[in-house]
Amino acid sequence: MNGVKSVINKIGLPRIIIVGFFLVLFAGAGYYRMDLAQLMSDILRRWGMYGVLVLAMVPAVQCGIGLNFGISMGIVGGLLGGLIVIQLHISDIPALTAINPLFAQWVAILVAIVIGLILAAGIGYLYGLLLNRVKGSEMTVTTYVGFSIIAFMNIMWMALPFTDGELIFPNAGQGLRPTISLSASYSNVMNNTLALEIGSLTIPTGLLLFFFLMCFLVWLFMRSKAGIAMSAAGENPMFAKASGVHVNKMRVLGTVLSTMVAAVGILVYSQGYGFIQLYNGPMMMGFNSVAAILIGGASPRKARISHVLLGTFLFQGIMALGLPVANQILPEGNLSEVMRLIISNGIIIYALTQAKGGDSRE
Amino acid sequence: MAAMRADLKDASLRSVFCQGRFWVSRRRLVKQRNEVVHLENSQYVLEMDNITKEYYGNRVLNGVRLRVKPGEIHALMGENGAGKSTLMNILFGMPVIHSTGGFEGNVKIAGQEVNIDSPVKAMELGIGMVHQEFMLIPGFTVTENIKIGREISTPNLVSRVVGRSMETLDFEAMAADARKALKKIGLQIEEYVKVAGLPVGYMQFIEIAREIDKTGMKLMVFDEPTAVLTESEAARLLEVMKKIASQGIAIIFITHRLDEVMEVADSMTVLRDGEFVAYKEIRDTSAAEIAELMIGRKMEKLVDVSEDHRNLDDNDIAVRFRDYRVDMPGEQVKGVNLDICRGEIFGIGGLAGQGKLGIPNGVMGLYPAEGEVEINGQKLDLSKLGEALRHKIAFVSEDRKAVGLLLDESIERNVVFSAMQTNSKFLKNILGMKFLDTAASRKYAEEMVQLLDIRCTGVKQKTGSLSGGNQQKVCLARALALEPDILFVSEPTRGIDIGAKKLVLEHLTRLNREMGMTVVIVSSELVELRSISDRIAIISDGKLACILNPDDSDANFGLAMAGALEKGGESR
Repeated sequence: MNGVKSVINKIGLPRIIIVGFFLVLFAGAGYYRMDLAQLMSDILRRWGMYGVLVLAMVPAVQCGIGLNFGISMGIVGGLLGGLIVIQLHISDIPALTAINPLFAQWVAILVAIVIGLILAAGIGYLYGLLLNRVKGSEMTVTTYVGFSIIAFMNIMWMALPFTDGELIFPNAGQGLRPTISLSASYSNVMNNTLALEIGSLTIPTGLLLFFFLMCFLVWLFMRSKAGIAMSAAGENPMFAKASGVHVNKMRVLGTVLSTMVAAVGILVYSQGYGFIQLYNGPMMMGFNSVAAILIGGASPRKARISHVLLGTFLFQGIMALGLPVANQILPEGNLSEVMRLIISNGIIIYALTQAKGGDSRE
Repeated sequence: MAAMRADLKDASLRSVFCQGRFWVSRRRLVKQRNEVVHLENSQYVLEMDNITKEYYGNRVLNGVRLRVKPGEIHALMGENGAGKSTLMNILFGMPVIHSTGGFEGNVKIAGQEVNIDSPVKAMELGIGMVHQEFMLIPGFTVTENIKIGREISTPNLVSRVVGRSMETLDFEAMAADARKALKKIGLQIEEYVKVAGLPVGYMQFIEIAREIDKTGMKLMVFDEPTAVLTESEAARLLEVMKKIASQGIAIIFITHRLDEVMEVADSMTVLRDGEFVAYKEIRDTSAAEIAELMIGRKMEKLVDVSEDHRNLDDNDIAVRFRDYRVDMPGEQVKGVNLDICRGEIFGIGGLAGQGKLGIPNGVMGLYPAEGEVEINGQKLDLSKLGEALRHKIAFVSEDRKAVGLLLDESIERNVVFSAMQTNSKFLKNILGMKFLDTAASRKYAEEMVQLLDIRCTGVKQKTGSLSGGNQQKVCLARALALEPDILFVSEPTRGIDIGAKKLVLEHLTRLNREMGMTVVIVSSELVELRSISDRIAIISDGKLACILNPDDSDANFGLAMAGALEKGGESR
């Protein structure tokens, strides 16, 4: 009995429930004779697409600011990078397309990532300074900062001087479109790279490799001198201070990294989705990422790469399976969307009840 | 030595003087009290006999007795951890006592055997408490604070339907009561002002007024009431205490300040390590005797000091403090001048809250510090974090869980962390970035586990799941990884068992003897300071009281800790 208990403790009850739910959905899909291979492809695609956004939680949690609901700060940086690349038509540069169209697309998205990283670093720095002033209530502040930047950018999307016809409202309209197709630039560039087709199962190898590479880089950073200092500052500020580590600097570092990873994350997501979503599109991205990493076993005080991998897979797996299965059971209505909200918000509430109060002690 | 003796004599002279002054006021009071005494059917208002209490097999009180007569001020004395708070918790029927298996022994109030199983019961029996932290609501008036929970109210229409909680408050009657209570303690203050703007000293008095206002108050406990007050406020408080006592209410006065005891108390009980030591009338004793009773002849030295081949040079200063101040909450250092020689084991002692802990914490930059600190002749920039580490100082914190350890990380990570951040040890360079050298850090951690005999399942075990003693060894290992010249250890044996205690102290001695490390040990346990230190500085009220030798008399240590022995103990 004790053995069972310790196993449950180790894996965590919520994870057991979610895994159970995932398996039930999978069995349900099998029962309704759906194409399991195709569903699996969908899960893998979503896993890679959302993974990097979830990864952005790791440095934030580890440096002590907790769950970063405000990854929208990084997301707008990434979106700007993506838009600038389209405006400059980088994927159409003849010298690049001459080598290989896919190569040109890769150059385009990498340039977008670089621009996104630079912008996110600046935004993240300011964001970090702000969070150092609100120690103990980061979670609330990040949430509203996330909402505010979306609102602010709603104005900017109208005002920014983009001129490309792909970007702005048609018929010489003013401002950027809410949804911008990437089919002419770098849509699915990662998904298509080295993609494997086994029957109806598609494995987006390039996308997953890129996701794993990002995970590896963050993991590597966590083992560096700065990364270890940052984790210590997050876990126990007094301990870090006693070892001569500047806690506030480490918090800024973590916030900057989180914001930068989020910038990469939104570009990975956009290319897989095939569209860039502006305006209120990225509003709830933070919530989904938080829910995913919490499902994976993270807490507001501790997050590991394994939590990202497991959590994203389970969360997106349920999303991917939930819609078709729910539609089979209840053909009417949008049960899947309701379910997504219940699961993501429910998981956030559960995790927050587990969390110890914010730590403003130093 | 001669200087010290003179000092001691001075102190006892002063205490005699205090007694003399006290006698005058006493005679006056006795007259007023006589009538009250006759009303009681017992000689004592409170009798606690054979009180024994164990916390999880750890005996904290053993056969303790406490007797308090009506209308007297009875001082309850003892070092930190002597069992005073536990005894008071028993008296108040605090839940912490009853949730841990209750206690043995019996309690009599006014000759009647009682079973106090909850604070409410204690209150009904007329036992009151003046808290050290003021439990007042700032936005309420003085009256409201005094009468809260015991409001006087009259029924009205709504209350007849809904119940008592809706009755109308009788503010006039309450104000009258408040005025009466305030008058009793002689406080000139309007009962309708808000508490928020009042000076700290007044808040204590309002707290007292609230207790006085309770009807049938027989016994009041003052738990270190003067600790937070200024000198003049404290003097006033003592006056109020006398006034209360003269009205027949007995007072149990818990304090560390010997002079206050000599001034106001009639009798006293001394506890030491959970044992009853003595009951004395104040007129039969002296400050020096009380101090000696408190410290007592404890067990002999904890550690056999190995052969001493050191050559200590008084002029070779490792750490020099000049007008050193630290703003550490509860442990303020208020201007310390101190020289610590290279290669010695220097002890810093004193009672809790007197500032001894602030000294190492300020050096390490954990709390804001000012003044001059020189390490081996080089000035330390106290405003710069990590400056002490760069001067090869390591620190083992008194607060293992909050400062000393990353509880959620492995032993290995804890041991190497500081050295990695400060000295860039256990790192390897890959493409210009510094990464953790897993092999090196694991090897070092395993060595340390061996060396210090850390009991664990392996270096990957999380420190949070280790026992206190083993956690302390991990903290020590982390400090040693820094290869320090000077090691500050703060309360190294707090909360660990005697075996681990011995090992830690022995290891500190070995570091000093074999590696020539200067060790500064801060501890509230005099026994351990006296068993390994070369010299011991006693800190009292944020300042250096004196520097003593480990084999100086118990009385000297007691007096110094109580702040009664002034500087001049320099006796090397």
